[in-house]
Amino acid sequence: MVEWFFGYLAGAVILLAILVVASRNPVHSVLWMLLMFLHVAGLYLLLNAEFLAATQVIVYAGAILVLFLFVVMLLNLREEIKIRRFTGGWLFKGLTALGIIYVLRRGLEGFRVGFEGPWSIEAVGRATHTRALGQVLFTEYILPFEIASLLLLVAIVGAVFLSKKRLR
Amino acid sequence: MVPLYWYLWLGGVVFAIGVFGFLARRNIIIMFLSIELMLNGVNISLVALSHYMQDLRGQILVFFIIAVAAAEAAIGLAIIIAMFRNRDTLHADEMAEMKG
Repeated sequence: MVEWFFGYLAGAVILLAILVVASRNPVHSVLWMLLMFLHVAGLYLLLNAEFLAATQVIVYAGAILVLFLFVVMLLNLREEIKIRRFTGGWLFKGLTALGIIYVLRRGLEGFRVGFEGPWSIEAVGRATHTRALGQVLFTEYILPFEIASLLLLVAIVGAVFLSKKRLR
Repeated sequence: MVPLYWYLWLGGVVFAIGVFGFLARRNIIIMFLSIELMLNGVNISLVALSHYMQDLRGQILVFFIIAVAAAEAAIGLAIIIAMFRNRDTLHADEMAEMKG
């Protein structure tokens, strides 16, 4: 049963990713991307990461993609749609992507899951997922958390500065 | 039980599609979407490894990746708007001003 569910989600994710890359109109690309993010959130649910699934839907699908959609609709794309989609020599680029898959395959051959950490499914279930994640995040990873907040502040200031009109 | 390899394969394939899109498309918005695709491929692998190794660190990393992706999207789209205002195009080949 779980395998069938995984098969559906994986097939949908791959198909939607190809559609994102291949569709001519950027609005369609963004909408396919939205659907793909929802399926990725389903994969996270399959992996017992319900907090991350919610974050994926809220932040990626709710915030980032709406921002993308805003920008796509703000810009005038009538001429962009008519020109050729792919650059020349896309065979070489496809070979590059296939090469990455090949390297991954060779790398995964020798891979074994090593030691197991303290957070088994039962432990996470006892503490609830959000609480377990918060415990690790706010003790072990408190410095990266603060750095991430600083990064977001810099991003806000940078985005406002870049997109304002030049004052002369 | 789904084996771990399937998830790692899925992450790798999504990453490779993202690489192909970034290299082959010339529309800047689609190139940006390809970067998000690559990040998602990595995220799938990280969550799967975190689940199968029974350690929450992978999910913490995914959390930070989502935060960084949000910052990157904000800055990148601001740059796209600034470029479009100056050049009136979204084609990456048209923006070769700094090339000698």
